[in-house]
Amino acid sequence: MINYIIRRFFYAIPILIGVNLLTFALFFVVNTPDDMARMNLGMKRVTPEAIEKWKHERGYDKPLVFNGSAAGSEKFTDTIFYDKSVKLFVFEFGQSDSGRDITYDIKQRMWPSLVIALPILLIGLLTNITFALLVAFFRATYIDFWGVVLCVTLMSISSLFYIIGGQYLVGKLWHLVPISGYEEGFDAFKFVVLPVMVGVASGIGSGIRWYRTIFLEEMGKDYVRTARAKGLSESLVLFRHVLKNAMIPILTGVVVILPLLFMGNLVLESFFGIPGLGSYTIDAINMQDFAIVRSMVFLGSILYILGLLLTDISYTLVDPRVKLA
Amino acid sequence: MATKKIIGRTALALASASVLLVFAVSFLPVRFVVLWTDALIFILCAMCVGFAAYASQHEHLRAPWREVARDRVGVVAVVFLSAYLVIGLLDSVHFRMPLPDVKQSTEQQYSNDVLSVLDWMATPVREGVEKSYSAPFAAHLYVKETVDLPDGSKVRLYPRLQHGGAHLNNPEQERSGDILNTSLLSVIEGVVVWAVFTALLISWLARRHHRSVSEMFGLVMRGRTEIPWHVILLTTAILILLAILVVNLSGKYHIFGTDKVGQDTFYQTLKSIRTGLVIGTLTTLVMLPFAILAGIAAGYFRGLADDVIQYVYTTLSSIPGVLLIAAAILMLQVYMATHPELFETAAARADLRLLFLCIILGVTSWTGLCRLLRGEAMKLREMDYIQAAVAFGVGHFKIIGRHILPNVMHIVLISIVLDFSALVLAEAVLSYVGVGVDPTMNSWGNMINSARLEMAREPIVWWPLLAAFIFMFVLVLSANLFADAVRDAFDPRLRRSGLRACL
Repeated sequence: MINYIIRRFFYAIPILIGVNLLTFALFFVVNTPDDMARMNLGMKRVTPEAIEKWKHERGYDKPLVFNGSAAGSEKFTDTIFYDKSVKLFVFEFGQSDSGRDITYDIKQRMWPSLVIALPILLIGLLTNITFALLVAFFRATYIDFWGVVLCVTLMSISSLFYIIGGQYLVGKLWHLVPISGYEEGFDAFKFVVLPVMVGVASGIGSGIRWYRTIFLEEMGKDYVRTARAKGLSESLVLFRHVLKNAMIPILTGVVVILPLLFMGNLVLESFFGIPGLGSYTIDAINMQDFAIVRSMVFLGSILYILGLLLTDISYTLVDPRVKLA
Repeated sequence: MATKKIIGRTALALASASVLLVFAVSFLPVRFVVLWTDALIFILCAMCVGFAAYASQHEHLRAPWREVARDRVGVVAVVFLSAYLVIGLLDSVHFRMPLPDVKQSTEQQYSNDVLSVLDWMATPVREGVEKSYSAPFAAHLYVKETVDLPDGSKVRLYPRLQHGGAHLNNPEQERSGDILNTSLLSVIEGVVVWAVFTALLISWLARRHHRSVSEMFGLVMRGRTEIPWHVILLTTAILILLAILVVNLSGKYHIFGTDKVGQDTFYQTLKSIRTGLVIGTLTTLVMLPFAILAGIAAGYFRGLADDVIQYVYTTLSSIPGVLLIAAAILMLQVYMATHPELFETAAARADLRLLFLCIILGVTSWTGLCRLLRGEAMKLREMDYIQAAVAFGVGHFKIIGRHILPNVMHIVLISIVLDFSALVLAEAVLSYVGVGVDPTMNSWGNMINSARLEMAREPIVWWPLLAAFIFMFVLVLSANLFADAVRDAFDPRLRRSGLRACL
């Protein structure tokens, strides 16, 4: 087990290096730092001095990968690649283009993201599985048919409309909760309710359908027939046998996104003004802050790879048949 | 031999038709513009037509499609999707209008506006620009303005629109009557058009099935045909009625109101259809060669090729999609801003950004299909018939082309149709995030985004949202239902999960 985890850990390293090189190429080779400076300073009437100053302030005035003028090992360390990309591996995100410490910002902003994302995941999971079980229980009846029709309908609505509709109905028309904003501590509750509701609602259609497929697949298996044959009631079969066995595919889907919950939901957070990492990313995109976007790309990849690792480990915990060597 | 003859004749007919078309078109006094996405759309259409012609000659390819055609929900979705497709194609033929000859120069000058056939057909709606917001079917602006009266005094009132309801003398009293009249007339027109369509369809069916027209009519109306023609007729009836209603009414009113700068919202939604379709289809077209090649190569050759390909797609898929798209689009923005000389017109610029968005969406979405194909190719290479082919000394590429590729095509097809609706939805979100299509391009995402800023307005401006919602919802819903039907027909293993399997 430990061996496996260590091996998986080492397997993740080349992937992270790949991500790192890709982002480096994307951000520094496709466009030169000069282009970025010109974009950031406004396209017209930019003096070369202003560009140099902008680059120097942000450390973009070094050579890309090889510094011929430096001495010794600094030939490689005194470069953009080392400064901006290699340091990401030790979570040194450096400064954003507007001069803020990205690491500090990330530490501050990941908790509000989690406050939104975790309830959405848990409540969503509970509702989706409940309804999916219900639909699976009434399979091949009109309840099933119309349930699936409803799911497909809900799936076909853009998540933006759920947000707009929720804000309009709950926030504006009924005045139940504030439309957007955030506060620390327990006051956060009234700001969190609506985004969580909207988040759950927008995922319900595809969620129910997905879990229904899993349940139906499980119900076609032999052990279910055996359970019925020995006289178990349908609800007992469903809850005791099908649900337990369906946990394996359900778990795969859930565990892999657990670490990514810190990254937050871009659209939801920016609509509701939650100061999380999602709205941080959106703001960075709108302000064209390349340093933040670069850091978020790398952070997202790390969290995703961590999710894959966790998935494999959790497999062994719930399914004794799976042995990791 | 007969099949070859038919294919030959179809190809000949198509070729001569296109030559005639090009010939006729060259006489038109406009300059045609082929944007990048236009060209790709036409290539895609040609591929679809070619595949359809090929499939119609091969029973094993035709059978699953017949299954789709038997599915009632499926055919309704197909009818709606074709309506969208027609609008999208009309919007993909671009040209530049000639300018009136003012300088007496010998060379004809062309306008800088790139128009499409749809723009040209909707000229009154396109040019009927008001001053600002107006509600659906309104005859007055939505905001008060100070107007000078003839006697020199000023009043604040809702001024009349220049185009919407301009034919009415007294909108308060005449408007509802006028709308009702137009609607009734449209319904009558629609019924006539539909009756003609039905008659043509049934007489065609009667000839095809060697029955009398009245007999065929009875069969269709009672739903006794293999393909549910009565459902198709009902759907087209609804579509034709709606189309005629909308065409007649939008000539007189802004049926979905106008936006901030007074542009007709309905026209914008129609234009957005092309954007949605392009993103939904071209993305797949762009990524398909890579996904198929890499997936099959990894699964078939194993070894080093497998390791490299797996490494590439794991790396790509470990970057969260939105972030990768955001990074790439940001870089594209910088590139476009520093190289303005590359783009002749604003339309070409917006178009290239759309194409690039498709490419980057394709880069982020090919990994799933690639993984599926790798698994399937690994399974297939152990099959007896492929082992036999290897034993006979058939080359690798021949085996892949002849045995593996045809056997994974159903997976490719299912993933294409499943991805479509997700991509249309993704466009809206990406435009909101600020990394979607060009802000000047009509798209549902841009419509929602600009309408969102007016949410705080009192009274609320709701019609751009409603228009975008309806058109997007119908497209995505039809695509979802169509995808279900296709999946049920092509993947026997999943047959239980679809809608039809419920009953």
